[in-house]
Amino acid sequence: MSDDLALDIQNPVMQLLRQDRIPHIWCPGCGIGTTVNCFVRAMLESGLNLDNVAVVSGIGCTGRVAGYINLDSFHTTHGRAIPFATGMKLANPNLKVIVYSGDGDLSAIGGNHFIHAARRNMDLMVVCVTNFTYGMTGGQVAPTTPLGPTQTTMPYGNFENPFNLPFLADACGAVYVARWTVFHVRQLAKAMKEGLSKRGFVFIEAISPCPTLYSRRNRLGDGADQLKYYKERSIVKNGADTKDVGLTFQGDITVGKFVDRERPTWLDSMNGHFSTHFKEKYKIYGGSHGED
Amino acid sequence: MHADPKGVLTGDHFIDGDHAACEGALAAGCRFVAGYPITPSTEVVERFASRIPLVGGLFIQMEDEIASSIAILGAAWAGKKVMTVTSGPGLSLMMEHIGLAAITETPCVFVDVQRGGPSTGLPTLPAQADMMQIKWGSHGDYEIIALSPNSPQECFDLMITAFNLAETYRVPVFFMMDEVVGHMTERVVIPAASEIDVIDRKWTRKQPGEYKAYQTDDSLVPEMIKAGDGYHVHITGLTHDERGYPAMNPVAQEKMMKRLLNKIRLNKDKLVDVREDGVDGADIVVISFGITSRVAGAAIEVARQKGVKVGHLRMVITWPFPADRIRQLASRVKAFIVPEINMGQMVLEVERAVLGHASVISIPHAGGTVHEPEVILEKIMEAAR
Repeated sequence: MSDDLALDIQNPVMQLLRQDRIPHIWCPGCGIGTTVNCFVRAMLESGLNLDNVAVVSGIGCTGRVAGYINLDSFHTTHGRAIPFATGMKLANPNLKVIVYSGDGDLSAIGGNHFIHAARRNMDLMVVCVTNFTYGMTGGQVAPTTPLGPTQTTMPYGNFENPFNLPFLADACGAVYVARWTVFHVRQLAKAMKEGLSKRGFVFIEAISPCPTLYSRRNRLGDGADQLKYYKERSIVKNGADTKDVGLTFQGDITVGKFVDRERPTWLDSMNGHFSTHFKEKYKIYGGSHGED
Repeated sequence: MHADPKGVLTGDHFIDGDHAACEGALAAGCRFVAGYPITPSTEVVERFASRIPLVGGLFIQMEDEIASSIAILGAAWAGKKVMTVTSGPGLSLMMEHIGLAAITETPCVFVDVQRGGPSTGLPTLPAQADMMQIKWGSHGDYEIIALSPNSPQECFDLMITAFNLAETYRVPVFFMMDEVVGHMTERVVIPAASEIDVIDRKWTRKQPGEYKAYQTDDSLVPEMIKAGDGYHVHITGLTHDERGYPAMNPVAQEKMMKRLLNKIRLNKDKLVDVREDGVDGADIVVISFGITSRVAGAAIEVARQKGVKVGHLRMVITWPFPADRIRQLASRVKAFIVPEINMGQMVLEVERAVLGHASVISIPHAGGTVHEPEVILEKIMEAAR
């Protein structure tokens, strides 16, 4: 039949994007879309039943990711994606729950939730797009902003010491910690795929340009110029000690898989503890569809 | 449908309101609680933490009330009946998620065991001063439902109503206890599971593809799904259209807001629950709620012995407010007397309903204890003169 000859070739990632919501809101040269491409490829390759995947975002430019993913997706409040995802995961442990948000959302207003979810080893994959600024509100200083660059609320350059997020996640107990830039699309997708197969608190930081605000205000050129910088100054160091991977303004960027270990998840611990305590009276929670 | 027997502790108990509220939640089918310790509400979550492992469900103590109030929303979207429990300072932290629950139409129950405020106030002593905060505390317009139990038995009974209303209307429902009701110990009878009516969530029967997250019928309450069912919904705290997609324009805002408000406002006659005693033919009506209704009852009894025609209208459901009933009475009642353990909150609603057709006498109380019945009696006698 002639229909067989019709070109039916589609980019494989399209099936997982809400095409009725395109065009997206992100600026030309922004790296968030690149991370989404990596994420969707990772999911397609993961072998997960995608009906069981939920994506949860907070607020901000990266907070809009959930809205473009054609899966169960939840756009919550500023900084609170992790506790929403915690409730969702614990209510139905058969779900694979991914938190996808920005550095300001996750580490400033959401910082408390971040450290406690890592401490509990909550079974969540957290993707943090770090662009060193608050994009949605016009370029204010973030907890990740390195010393030096100008932001609207640091008009004479940032004098506040930044977080080293991989170190924070590691110190709090994350079982998997990796950092890549949006130049490293294959490595980032691979880390996400690996992260999806882990049980426990997974933290993946994706360094991404914000050409409209951070780059422009600091005369760093456009998106492509930042990619060149990522290419030239990234140093791959798998297994690096996370305390050594802090970032400086336009300095070297240590990338790689820093942490990969096993720890019982919060639910494993609860089920194990109650099984010992209550013996045969206790029915393992989360067996079939989280109903028990 | 009937309650799941696993959660029902049938029998006669001698327990306080906090414990009874927990048993009410378990009987109602609540299987997920996230909370943070705060006096005088902590016993509710302590009991839940101790009971839930063998009932089948989960309790998690979160890092703060902000986290607790959104963890329950995530759990609700994964299919559980959910609750969080707090008191004034914690309630203040939960405000943003009351709004999120309202705009995303997430069924959930917030228990507030009220204590004196503002700020840290009186941690161990009662108040009824959060009544306006639950109605207006989160930004924007929204509607909620609130219940005000006055005894441990009601903490059990009305908690089942609270869950049933949350599931029916998909709004945050507030269970407005106070320190006295929470800590007073009385007989609580828990019936057999087969005698407890429990309303299940309005799950959709539509197929993925034909289902829209916020499409509704005349009930104005959309059908729900849960994450993992294959519907690939998008749920957002942004103004959204029927599909749940962000739609940030005045037309979408008006359409969404009207429905969010009307699903409660147009059903207020069904929702209002007042318990009247001697109101017909009364010259004076005392309007009360929660623990204050019991103090008022004592004063009313003495006033009647003195020959005063005084009625008692107790609001079991405080929001939506029974404005129509009070307006109706205002045409023939001489005075309304409104005792409450705050500096005058619900009395403002009474004045709004009465519209000057009768006198409205506020009996405020700064909190820390309940009213002396004599204070209420004195106001009744003054009004009767």
